[in-house]
Amino acid sequence: MWLKIENLSVSYGMIKALNNISFELKQGEIVTLIGANGAGKTTVLNTISGLIKPNQGTIIFNQKNILNFAAHKIAGLGIAHVPEGRKPFPNLSVYENLRLGAYLSNDKDFITQGLSKVFKSFPRLHERIKQPAGTLSGGELQMLAMARGLVSQPNLLMLDEPSMGLSPILVNEIFNIIKDINSSGTSILLVEQNANMALNIASRAYVLETGKITLEGNACDLLNDPRVKSAYLGE
Amino acid sequence: MAYLLQQIINGLQLGSVYALIALGYTLVYGIIRLINFAHGDVFMIGAYLGFYAILRFNLPFPVALIFAMLGCAVIGIVIEKLAYRPLRNAPRIACLITALGVSLFLENFTSLKFLFGPNYLAYPRPFAVVNYNIGSLTISNIQILVFVIAILLMILLQIFVTKTKTGMAMRAVAYDKSTAQLMGINIDYIITITFGVGSALAGAGGVLFGIAYPQIHPFMGIMPGLKAFVAAVLGGIGIIPGAMLGAGIMGMVEVLTSAYISSTMRDAIAFLVLLIVLLIKPAGLLGKSSIEKV
Ligand SMILES: Nc1ncnc2c1ncn2[C@@H]1O[C@H](COP(=O)(O)OP(=O)(O)O)[C@@H](O)[C@H]1O
Ligand SMILES: [Mg+2]
Repeated sequence: MWLKIENLSVSYGMIKALNNISFELKQGEIVTLIGANGAGKTTVLNTISGLIKPNQGTIIFNQKNILNFAAHKIAGLGIAHVPEGRKPFPNLSVYENLRLGAYLSNDKDFITQGLSKVFKSFPRLHERIKQPAGTLSGGELQMLAMARGLVSQPNLLMLDEPSMGLSPILVNEIFNIIKDINSSGTSILLVEQNANMALNIASRAYVLETGKITLEGNACDLLNDPRVKSAYLGE
Repeated sequence: MAYLLQQIINGLQLGSVYALIALGYTLVYGIIRLINFAHGDVFMIGAYLGFYAILRFNLPFPVALIFAMLGCAVIGIVIEKLAYRPLRNAPRIACLITALGVSLFLENFTSLKFLFGPNYLAYPRPFAVVNYNIGSLTISNIQILVFVIAILLMILLQIFVTKTKTGMAMRAVAYDKSTAQLMGINIDYIITITFGVGSALAGAGGVLFGIAYPQIHPFMGIMPGLKAFVAAVLGGIGIIPGAMLGAGIMGMVEVLTSAYISSTMRDAIAFLVLLIVLLIKPAGLLGKSSIEKV
């Protein structure tokens, strides 16, 4: 297995945020982690990218246990994390944000190639290249955050609630782009509260409830699961 | 009128030295929210390194300046590694007290006989002083040199911060450390660079101060350090152009107060200006609430 999380437990002081969770992702897949607010989704991504150190567990990526790697080293393994709330550098221009997305590279051709790829997916960013990121709209910020993750041409893209706060039209647009990114070879770990959209593009899914994985399976099976339907699809 | 112009020239000279020190305060504050009280002492060490380079090693002035800057960069980086890095997650007050401790240590340790010694030393002039008279104004080649070098270094800093990848990373780290790490930025490396650059500028300030006001001693960093800190706060701490603006104002206020009111009042008035500005604009002249840093 390409990304394998085993028996992961994380606490914030006395608060237990993740309780012995395990899940996996095969190369090329879109896997989604759905759950309500506070379930622990962001904590999972922050732990994989090394921002939070867990109490126990293993995180295997490409046959390596990356649990004790510093966050900036993990970015160098080809794992890009698009954080919740987009987290642009608002004082930097759109171009500078994207340049930092490929911070670890000094190869001009590689960066130009990465930039031209992301501008193909997000032409609107190209028009705003000199603007400070702080002046972009919500949808554009989500695009910038994803583009910043993608310039380094990562193997694994982790997205934390890309649909948050966006209009249904924009959500559709973003999810179509996620599908395109995946079909051009990038594996995706997608964290969402919007279970309907997420289950529609994912191949497999895990349901996270107060720090535990309570359901898992093929995304299309979960879409028809009565428990998922009543709790997450509002039916 | 000529007298006023003359004072403005003097104010620019003092302000440009303050700016070189203030930039280090503001860079470091922008990245780790620490007021590095030892910064004025790094400025002092820079003055001494330049002194020895010129007098003992007979190095030409530009080489002596670069030597002092590199020496101070190393000292700043070592101070950060030994004193501040272990306190990275400690309460702010612990860091402030440590910074004060480092400052006292540097002042008293360098006062020892086998180091700089406790006495005032006359600073060597790298070349003869030439005064140019323009009408009733007098400008010396030293004044021009101080001003030109300070401006040049500030332009280089601006290019570094806005045009290089490391400069972009510095601004990103100042804004959001977690997200910066997701880009692959090593925070420790950026902090090291920041201390190095800030200390090198202070070192240059020390050498320029030495040749302009030609006397040095191990406690000489205290007052300019404090003034430069005030300048950084005045302009909006964490903001590079703010440090330059604040330093210009501080230099000017100080010189004009000495000229027109009384030289014993100059520090009091300088701090009064700070109080008034902070009452009107608590984030400093160029401060925008709390978002834009560096
Ligand atoms: N920095 C933090 N300090 C303390 N508790 C936190 C912190 N971040 C998250 N938590 C808690 O951990 C739990 C999981 O949070 P999170 O991973 O953000 O959930 P989700 O992303 O699914 O909304 C919540 O109970 C939240 O309150
Ligand atoms: Mg979350």
